[in-house]
Amino acid sequence: MFTEVKKNSQIFQDSDKTYYPEDEAQVSNIVRDLYDKNSPIELIGTNTKNFIGNKTQCAERLSLSKISGIVEYLPEELYIKVKANTPLEIVETELEKNNQELAFEIVDFGFIKDGKSNKGTVAGYLSCNFAGTRRFKVGSVRDHILGFRGVNGKGDIIKSGGTVVKNVTGYDLSKLIAGAFGTLVALTEVTLKVLPKQKSCSTIVVYTEEKKLVNELFEKISSSSSDVSGAVFVPEEPKNEEYKYNKDRVFKFNDLKSNRSFLAIRVEGDKVSINEKIKKLNQELELDKLNTTILDLHQSIPFWKKINSLELFNQTNNNLLRIVVPPSSSIKLIQNIENKFKYYIDWCGSLHWVEIPSSQNIKIKEIKKITQDLGGYLTIIKKSEKFDFEETVFTVNETRLLISEKIKKSFDPKRIFNPGKMYRGV
Amino acid sequence: MSELVLPKINEVTISKKEYIFKNLSKIINPENVLTHSDEIKPYETDALAAYTQTPLAVVMPENTIEVSNILKFCHKENVKVVPRGAGTGLSGGALPLNDAILLSLGKFNKILEIDFENKCVVTQPGVTNLGITDAVKHKGFYYAPDPSSQLACSIGGNVAENSGGVHSLKYGTTTNNILGVEIVMMDGTICRVGGKTLDQEGYDLMGLICGSEGLLGVITEATVKILKNPQVVKAALIGFPTIEEGGNAASEIISSGIVPAGMEIMDKALIEATDNFSKAGYPRDAELLLIVELDGTVSEVDELLNQVSNICKKNNCSSLKLSKDEKERLSFWAGRKAAFPACGAMAPDYYCMDGSIPRGKLAEALLEIKTLSKKYNLPVANCFHAGDGNLHPLIMFDGSNKEELKKTEEFGAEILKTCVRLGGVITGEHGVGIEKRELMCEMFNDKDIQQQLDIKKSLDEKNLLNPGKVYPILRKCAEEGRVHVHRGEEKFPNLPRF
Repeated sequence: MFTEVKKNSQIFQDSDKTYYPEDEAQVSNIVRDLYDKNSPIELIGTNTKNFIGNKTQCAERLSLSKISGIVEYLPEELYIKVKANTPLEIVETELEKNNQELAFEIVDFGFIKDGKSNKGTVAGYLSCNFAGTRRFKVGSVRDHILGFRGVNGKGDIIKSGGTVVKNVTGYDLSKLIAGAFGTLVALTEVTLKVLPKQKSCSTIVVYTEEKKLVNELFEKISSSSSDVSGAVFVPEEPKNEEYKYNKDRVFKFNDLKSNRSFLAIRVEGDKVSINEKIKKLNQELELDKLNTTILDLHQSIPFWKKINSLELFNQTNNNLLRIVVPPSSSIKLIQNIENKFKYYIDWCGSLHWVEIPSSQNIKIKEIKKITQDLGGYLTIIKKSEKFDFEETVFTVNETRLLISEKIKKSFDPKRIFNPGKMYRGV
Repeated sequence: MSELVLPKINEVTISKKEYIFKNLSKIINPENVLTHSDEIKPYETDALAAYTQTPLAVVMPENTIEVSNILKFCHKENVKVVPRGAGTGLSGGALPLNDAILLSLGKFNKILEIDFENKCVVTQPGVTNLGITDAVKHKGFYYAPDPSSQLACSIGGNVAENSGGVHSLKYGTTTNNILGVEIVMMDGTICRVGGKTLDQEGYDLMGLICGSEGLLGVITEATVKILKNPQVVKAALIGFPTIEEGGNAASEIISSGIVPAGMEIMDKALIEATDNFSKAGYPRDAELLLIVELDGTVSEVDELLNQVSNICKKNNCSSLKLSKDEKERLSFWAGRKAAFPACGAMAPDYYCMDGSIPRGKLAEALLEIKTLSKKYNLPVANCFHAGDGNLHPLIMFDGSNKEELKKTEEFGAEILKTCVRLGGVITGEHGVGIEKRELMCEMFNDKDIQQQLDIKKSLDEKNLLNPGKVYPILRKCAEEGRVHVHRGEEKFPNLPRF
């Protein structure tokens, strides 16, 4: 024990009471000490998404930001193994060199926080499990984690999974870690599945305000074999000048009339297959009867980036909700939101992004009830400064909370990591 | 077979079995409580037929409440429970225990809802994998994971084992294709996780349950994703003069950016075995045979097939055939699907192994298996889901020769250890069960295993649910773990195994 304390005294800790371990062994030593002292700690990476979740009550912080760097990248094996706090930009740049990508689209929360791109780290992103537009087609972040290494709440270094896609050896702990908001393990290494980058993409834009038609088109898209990889509806409402100005500013594209309500549909592949898919969708969706336009590759790429960067809610001081309901219930949810709040539907991500002004905080309760009644869940991504009423950030029922408490205890018996970040007692 | 170590029998349970039977008969219809030896005989084993155990009783509940009440009772009375789906598992996950009741989900055999609007099917766990596709195919939909036993295996078992199939690289395994589950915990708590939404918030209990081999909860309902059929599916059948060239072509197909719907490899021994058995018309002069299946839009598939052809030609393929129609595509698969019975016809017994390796290590793995085959003087045939790195070596031997059986076991263990050494894992899709339990130490250290056991303990503190499976009882790396088929007497001989 004496040796460990001595070792930890050499690990840099700044005036803000934040530890900065440089490797897995140091993380393990720190956590062991914390375990012995019963002292909870807030796990942080680069702090790009620290506004999500409840505030933790910890005297100290454990920054894993120095556990960074690519460990192994084998393009032909379709995986990249990285130290857990490697910035996502670095991973993307490395993959780009081999025409590969992380197939789940990254939701860039940097715009919400600081008005500019900042995707954060692999561990931070994995801990939130927020996938973007391609979610219907390729799954969530959790579907792209092949394995991990990390330190549990007792200070033990543990691993799960591997580097191969087909692996049923033991419990699939990678799934548990995804979306656990750092409450189970301090991640030190993650292996991500990667896929070939799409060669090109095009976007069909349909101008319409009719929600019923939008819903019908969404339904046809999801029943199509044309392999649509993105569909989003951005309404014209709420009808006020500030929103109109903001929307125009964000979606400034040559071939897009951004002042209108529009539905955008993305197809990907090589040029020949894109043309083939557009032709088929024209028939399936009877697009010749509608007012449409096409965004080419050079407009499509930034367009979908803006959708996934939530730029419409740039640096909002209001509440931002992420609502997921079964696809067929979307229209019922929207009936309760339309004309009142700023929102858009990322259909293929099955995501409803809704902004609730701070003056109407109490409405969140009502929308949450509707969401739950529709078989979905609601996450308060960002709370307004004036958020002062009792409402949990996440949606959970009693049985699941009880089981979650048990699982938390099995990883972190003294609740050292991020206590209360997700739920009370976890 | 090697002697199997099972959890210590609880003599108290045995001594009060009449009391247990009486109470179970109060919880469910007494006709669904089987206790007579003739009735429980068929349940003595699953598809790992080399191991048999007689359960205390077999219970067949008809709804979730009954499952919950059975588990509550067993929890209170400290009675072990082994859940069972269709019993097609190859790793002994549903092997009964003498002091445990076998909980059969066979009566949970109804599809509850087909929801085309939300692209999902809500089903009871006893419905077969293929039964789901059958229920939605009239509208051009299908359920993607396709384990070779899909005709008989149940969806509940698929969830418990996280079953894969030949299309896993592109479409994922069960865990990527389920939206929700209803599970009953050992203390009787009923928990619904997920639903019809694309994912769930909070700890991913569904991800944890999927592949937990019946150790954490009993699955009583599943909501699975259905997909629209692709516009077109075509395949290529390619022969190579050497293992290295074929292996390189498979790696190059992936690294060039193509994601095939399926990609299968067979070695020379298997090409000959299947061609003798099924007259599939495979190129018998080839050392390695590659089947590549592509799906998507018409022009997409044609372009990809063109690229695959070019890569194979560049890697010196000796033959190349592209399917002209659906009939020809299916004929390409016919031989591959006959691989296991073909081996059964060549030797009195065969062991089927199931390891995963990185794709790029295929040639190395096959050459090493060839060397081991010479070392042990036992023939082996190899098939490989090359798309996702899943290797199935089939060791042929004569089980009546004790010495040969011992050698086969050693050979098999060396293959799985080779998989781990090459960066792979000891099971790609068959599960650990009792079969590979002792090999867990090849992949995990004590801390890793302890973490998994801590999870088990947190959800089943008395260790009553399917004990003795997955985790080594003595935590020692004994060398065993294979599927043993004697004189073709496979538990489900009619199921294609690939």
